Amino acid sequence: MPYPDFPPDFKKKHPSVWVDIDPKLFDPVRAHELYNEYLDELEFAAECGFDAICVNEHHANGYGLMPSPNLMAATLARRTSDAAICVLGSSIALYNPPVRIAEEFAMVDCISGGRLIAGFPVGTPMDACYAYGTNPSMLRQRYAEAHEIIRAAWSQKEVFSFNGRFNQLRYVNAWPRPVQQPHPPVWIPGGGSVETWQWCGVQDYVYCYVSYYGYVSAAATMQGYWNEMQRQGKDRNPFRAGFLQFVGVAETREEAVKLYREPAEYFYTRSLHVDPRFATPPGYVTEATQRMKMKSQVKIAADRSQLFGSLQEEMEGILKEGYVVIGSPDEVADQLRRIAKEFNVGNLLLLLQFGNMDKQTTMYNTEMFAKRVMPQLADLFENEWEHKWWPKPLPKAEQTLPRKVAAA
Amino acid sequence: MSAPGNQLVDVRGNKCRIWEKGSGPALYWLPSPALALKWTRFHEALAARYRLVACCLPGLAGGDGHDRIDSHLDWCLAAKDLLAAAGFRKGDVLMGSSVGGAIAADVAALWPELVERLVLLAPAGLFDMAEPGRDMFAVTTKNAPALFCETPEAYAETLAAPQGDEATLWSIYVNRGNEAAARILWPFGDTRLASRLWRVKAATLILWGQADKVIPPSYAQKFAGHLDGRASVKLIAGAGHLMELDRPEETVAAIAAAFAKERAHA
Repeated sequence: MPYPDFPPDFKKKHPSVWVDIDPKLFDPVRAHELYNEYLDELEFAAECGFDAICVNEHHANGYGLMPSPNLMAATLARRTSDAAICVLGSSIALYNPPVRIAEEFAMVDCISGGRLIAGFPVGTPMDACYAYGTNPSMLRQRYAEAHEIIRAAWSQKEVFSFNGRFNQLRYVNAWPRPVQQPHPPVWIPGGGSVETWQWCGVQDYVYCYVSYYGYVSAAATMQGYWNEMQRQGKDRNPFRAGFLQFVGVAETREEAVKLYREPAEYFYTRSLHVDPRFATPPGYVTEATQRMKMKSQVKIAADRSQLFGSLQEEMEGILKEGYVVIGSPDEVADQLRRIAKEFNVGNLLLLLQFGNMDKQTTMYNTEMFAKRVMPQLADLFENEWEHKWWPKPLPKAEQTLPRKVAAA
Repeated sequence: MSAPGNQLVDVRGNKCRIWEKGSGPALYWLPSPALALKWTRFHEALAARYRLVACCLPGLAGGDGHDRIDSHLDWCLAAKDLLAAAGFRKGDVLMGSSVGGAIAADVAALWPELVERLVLLAPAGLFDMAEPGRDMFAVTTKNAPALFCETPEAYAETLAAPQGDEATLWSIYVNRGNEAAARILWPFGDTRLASRLWRVKAATLILWGQADKVIPPSYAQKFAGHLDGRASVKLIAGAGHLMELDRPEETVAAIAAAFAKERAHA
């Protein structure tokens, strides 16, 4: 949910879109319009037949207007009936106590009748460490403890005490509890950290590589993930993995370039204009990841911003590097099939709105994808593999639908 | 420069680097992460006058254990145990720089009978919202030398991997020290020291780089104010936050001059 009104000289006049972004740039009246438009777009995607609609969490950020994804998930749960509600995710290390996330996720799961996908990100440096003040050296330790509390809160049958390094709770008793038992499917968004791969394997969670830079630069990360799964003796079920990709569909490639050029260039010049000084607080990148010479998404973004800024700002470079997959429905379907097979990814996370794309264009892109691309991808893996990480909602007969509201 | 005595000791489960060189009065030093990386001109100049014992906090200089220490009290206890393991005794000088300065001041506050003489080089530990300084934890590798030093090349040289060392391993070594500092000081260095400084009984020398961009030089007087007449303050001209790299000889001379004055008064 980007803020779409930054001026063309934003990059020159402002050091960062994140953390210390100028508060004066925010117009609450405009935000009223934006929030309602973005929610309309997500609801429209559900109507079009997408398997899930997705929200996420950012703070002090001009490209992600959702400090609380759970608020968004709650309203989407009421206004949709079939699509899974994917919160990818709530930054569990940031909440005191983390029981709050167990409760809110359980609320969304109850309201939606068991349609929640629960995402547990470690959190970006900008969100977790700079905007929310969490010590980067303790972030992963806090994350692991928060996860332990949430899982216990969902599964324990009795009230219990939790005495951890960072949380001391005499009474843990999550009311409500999720419809999906023993817990909703858990997906972990990550940017290439070795520990996150290991964690997903050990916990049997879905790993989602949330890349701003498309499929060309993602090969090493996805290979690293699958190598780790092999090391842990896990199967190659493609539904263990998710991959985020920007996509723009139109009748022809020429039309698509014309239609999506401005939103893509807006995203890579303004929405992603992150000051590199916020990329790597001490302790955020673990030593294991440093040894693998892997870099976080933000570090990659920061490096590219410094070194290759001109390449990524223009549509030709954006397309060449595969940041955005663009074209006719058949061209897009071909590319996505190839990506899904090459990376062995069963969950495609699609960004069909990006940058300053307006509502009309977003809905066009969404509908084109749903009607003309999605059917070409439906049979990719489903005949061979079971998706064990998908929500299991209540039977339709047991679901309570919201009362229709008469127009006021 | 000849190599100092150098050992990695186990202090209650934490591996800590101790460097020792020189003779004369004992000076125990808790350095900042950057000054725990290499033996520099500053170390050498100190060792020419004192028996210098540099005690590197867990996580600095290739040590470990920093990621098991969660509370500020446990950091202070880790430092006290490290000093004891290095042989610190009543009457020895305790010195600390930046993050090490914050911990040294706390050791002097928590064990006031043990620490009789204290030297603080641009210590962290206080924070004034009206004068926040620059964020030492939000800086790129490229911009760090000019943030921490007035002579950026001295900082860059200290941070550069020694010849023959593998760059990734050296970078891990450097990052681990910075992480330890962040673990103690995040987000801006206020360890609530202000409420404990009154307990310090040591005669205290406070040195500050006149051009410190990280913690403004005005903090020297803030520290002195909390120490209620037991502190003297000197600003080092031409020096930034890491005065030891910018003006090594001048900083050592200022320490020596303070001790000479002390002896003359005694």
